Amino acid sequence: MPDTPPSGLDRLRRAFLSPSRGQAVVAVLVGLLAFAAVTQARLTGKDDTYAGLRQAELIQALNGLQSASRKAERDISDLETTRDSLRNSSQRRTTALEQARKEVRTLSVLAGTVPATGPGVRVTVQDPKGDLSLNHLLDGIEELRNAGVEAIEINDRVRVIAQTSFEDGPGGVRVDGVALKPPYVIDAIGNADTLAGALQFQGGFSDDVKMESGSVTVKKSDKITIKVTRTPAKPRYAEAVPGQ
Amino acid sequence: MIAVIGLVVGVVLGLFLTPDVPLSMEPYLPIAVVAALDAVFGAFRAFLDGIFDDKVFVISFISNVLIAAVIVFLGDKLGVGAQLSTGVVVVLGIRIFSNAAAIRRHLFHA
Repeated sequence: MPDTPPSGLDRLRRAFLSPSRGQAVVAVLVGLLAFAAVTQARLTGKDDTYAGLRQAELIQALNGLQSASRKAERDISDLETTRDSLRNSSQRRTTALEQARKEVRTLSVLAGTVPATGPGVRVTVQDPKGDLSLNHLLDGIEELRNAGVEAIEINDRVRVIAQTSFEDGPGGVRVDGVALKPPYVIDAIGNADTLAGALQFQGGFSDDVKMESGSVTVKKSDKITIKVTRTPAKPRYAEAVPGQ
Repeated sequence: MIAVIGLVVGVVLGLFLTPDVPLSMEPYLPIAVVAALDAVFGAFRAFLDGIFDDKVFVISFISNVLIAAVIVFLGDKLGVGAQLSTGVVVVLGIRIFSNAAAIRRHLFHA
């Protein structure tokens, strides 16, 4: 090709086939470049993110981390506050619930909706001649109530509560509509000594019954069990005052 | 031919020796690599133009690397190291692209 100057491709082809001193130098430098490039690539791929950073970049990174940690701390304290308030409210609720349950137990005994057991007296009233009037029986119940009785049952058939009615019945009395005949057995739960004293004092219930030729036996017991219950009646007219 | 062999040898060496770069050199290495890449592309273009001279290549290679390193070093001292290295990379990148365009024209006539 004497006329036209050789093209780039021709030169490349020729250089490929005929090595020279200049090519060796180029090879050394290109090798150096490849070596450095590979090293740098490996370095960049390594895990230690902060190695080789400049001071300004490090400060920036540090600032970023600090603000992130401040934010995280704020979040933590917020969440802790929430957790504490939730725990408080749930504790309060548990306490209130416990209180309410206790009250329900107490009131159920007084309202006669649950069986009850405890110390008390068993009073047996004998009336062989049938002379005993309703008032005598009522007096006895009243005496027991004054002595702080907590649950009363008559003849294992009727639970006596605040609303219980008493009326005369054929050959005996009607208590809450249930006809009862003597002997009357009154189970009463309360302080046994107080209850017994309330029935047996001079001129009291026992003496009254004796004057009508009846007899009263009072037996104290550590364990009186009252099994009769009543279903609670929903008040028709009275309503609880709200907020009390 | 020998240049291609040199390239392969350099890659293999870098992969197998896994050299540790001194901490003081770390900011300069990437810039130096980009500068050397620019020199190599320039040399290839000159070769295709028929004006390649190995002496010029060696000098341009070494001076490119040195100048890039000095610029980054100065930038670090002046407190604008990050910005200056970005600038150097941009300038060298533009040169590499223009050289690559010339090479492409030579090899593919397009």
